[in-house]
Amino acid sequence: MLSNYIKIAWKVLLRHPFYTFITLFGISLTLTVLMVLTSFLDHLFGSHYPETKRDRSLYVMQMRTQDSTRTGSSSGPMSFKFLTEYAKSLKTAERVTICTFVNSSNAYVGSQKIKLNTKYTDADFWEVTEFDFLEGKPYNEQNIANSDQVVVITDDFKKHYFGSTEASVIGKDVEIENLHYRVIGVVKGSPVTRPFTYADVYYPYTTPKSNYQRTGMRGGYVAILLAKKTSDLKTVRDEFQSHIARIPLPGVEDGYKYAYVEVKSEPYVENFVGTLNGNKGLKTVFFGIIAFIMLMLIGLPAINLVNVNVSRIMERASEIGIRKAFGAPVRTLMWQFIIENIFITLIGGGIALVLTLIVIQLINSSGIIAYADLTINLNVFLVSLLVCLVFGLLSGVLPALRMSKLKIAEALKS
Amino acid sequence: MINLTNIEKVYRTSSIETLALNNINLNIRKGEFVSIMGPSGCGKSTLLNIMGLLDEPSKGTVELDGQRVSTYRDKELARLRNEKIGFIFQSFHLINDLSVVDNVEIPLLYRSTNGKPRQTYAKEALEKVGLSNRIKHFPKQLSGGQKQRVAIARAIVGKPEIILADEPTGNLDSAMGNEIMNILQGLNDEGATIIMVTHDENMAKRTHRLIRLFDGTQVQ
Repeated sequence: MLSNYIKIAWKVLLRHPFYTFITLFGISLTLTVLMVLTSFLDHLFGSHYPETKRDRSLYVMQMRTQDSTRTGSSSGPMSFKFLTEYAKSLKTAERVTICTFVNSSNAYVGSQKIKLNTKYTDADFWEVTEFDFLEGKPYNEQNIANSDQVVVITDDFKKHYFGSTEASVIGKDVEIENLHYRVIGVVKGSPVTRPFTYADVYYPYTTPKSNYQRTGMRGGYVAILLAKKTSDLKTVRDEFQSHIARIPLPGVEDGYKYAYVEVKSEPYVENFVGTLNGNKGLKTVFFGIIAFIMLMLIGLPAINLVNVNVSRIMERASEIGIRKAFGAPVRTLMWQFIIENIFITLIGGGIALVLTLIVIQLINSSGIIAYADLTINLNVFLVSLLVCLVFGLLSGVLPALRMSKLKIAEALKS
Repeated sequence: MINLTNIEKVYRTSSIETLALNNINLNIRKGEFVSIMGPSGCGKSTLLNIMGLLDEPSKGTVELDGQRVSTYRDKELARLRNEKIGFIFQSFHLINDLSVVDNVEIPLLYRSTNGKPRQTYAKEALEKVGLSNRIKHFPKQLSGGQKQRVAIARAIVGKPEIILADEPTGNLDSAMGNEIMNILQGLNDEGATIIMVTHDENMAKRTHRLIRLFDGTQVQ
């Protein structure tokens, strides 16, 4: 039966080449946009270089304090001291890294200014993440204990600072904000879309200007808690929350009297969405925009395809009448048209897959996103396949329903 | 076999009401070959559609093998049509995108018959109508007479007890019409009950019984 449906679907496609071209063009274009979007979301939220252990990582990004009436609140990153006391001390985690978010600095090559992003990290940063060291090695606990003025730089910064040289720059001097550092390692950079690991230059937290000695709870640091395995995430989170519960309340920070403290440790996606939690309006706008984009990307082309499909199906009224007359129940016929539509959508999906490969290749090589590594991996492929099926189903159900209401006698008259 | 009691069929639009069939009482016995005649628009095809469960009467009851079908749902009606009735139409209604053998297989698709036996039965049916050398052809490659023979093969492939033919020779020349009529008579000789709508007196004379309609009313 399936081969009969597919034979018909194929013949229907060949019947009106221009119609078919328009249909496949619409489907392919829509699915290409959706596949590129899926690939981008995977790039944002998936476990990719150098955060390849995201599936067993919890992100601690900000602390939120509230006054006793819960009318006022203050939020932001934490101090190194705070995270050392409450996060670094976790017993259930395999490892915990503390680092700053992204800071801006300037370096000069002759008279040319290079704008760069920097990050202060501990030695565990290089264990929790999986950077590729193209030259040298990461700084270790000894470098940190000695307050060595060393840095790890990215290949991109190496190119800008030292020029396009193949020679090793390990041991060479880098001057940033009038301070001199010795290059200890060169890594392949992390994309700007991964702010926990993205930077051009990485300093040990004991180098100047890191503010790691700052007292109090608030500062410029964040943490990544690495569990031994994914199933341990809840245990690690629970332990972290038990540590947070030990914070003496109420307290005063920079003159602000707080009665409640909230610090969450969450998987990356939840952490990303959680940053919108503080602002209800912003969250509504964010999800509103996402919903609108999805509607535009799936809904409108699907409605358009519904119209095309309805006129195509009505062309086949005689066939519908015959199939019904010879015993096809309405449900079977509906499935026939839905399967045919999914078949066409899958052809469009195949074309879209090729187009997506081209588009993401262009994005990766264009430099729009530094170190972009958009791919079509199994996850992206499966989501894309699901999107194809949903699209096929959405645009096939309505015409199939319309067709199923056709009276046999009337269908046979056409 | 088929029993119609007080059948009435009214077509309604927003402003017009047309009485297509009025108080039709009819009994078709097993193995009969019945023809229905009458002027255009007198309700012949409507009557055939009601007998074939392709349309519902506005009033009256339809019984098939003693079972009232008015309460049957779509799925049950589809099963009854599939198992008991074969249809032949004046304009053949073949699916142009499917080959001859695929067209003939259609009734078997809805019986969950597997691919191999399905093809065997379809080939047997085509052999019966003398078209076994055209199985890979497409309808557009066939003459009118050949198309109608494919339609007959499709009607008989599921071995239905009843064959309903709506002007099966209407689009054919007299020689081809006679050939089709011979096939139908052969099927009737083998036990099939046949009800045929026709405009042709000569064809009607070759059947067991003639029913005449005029303005939706049975006059003979």
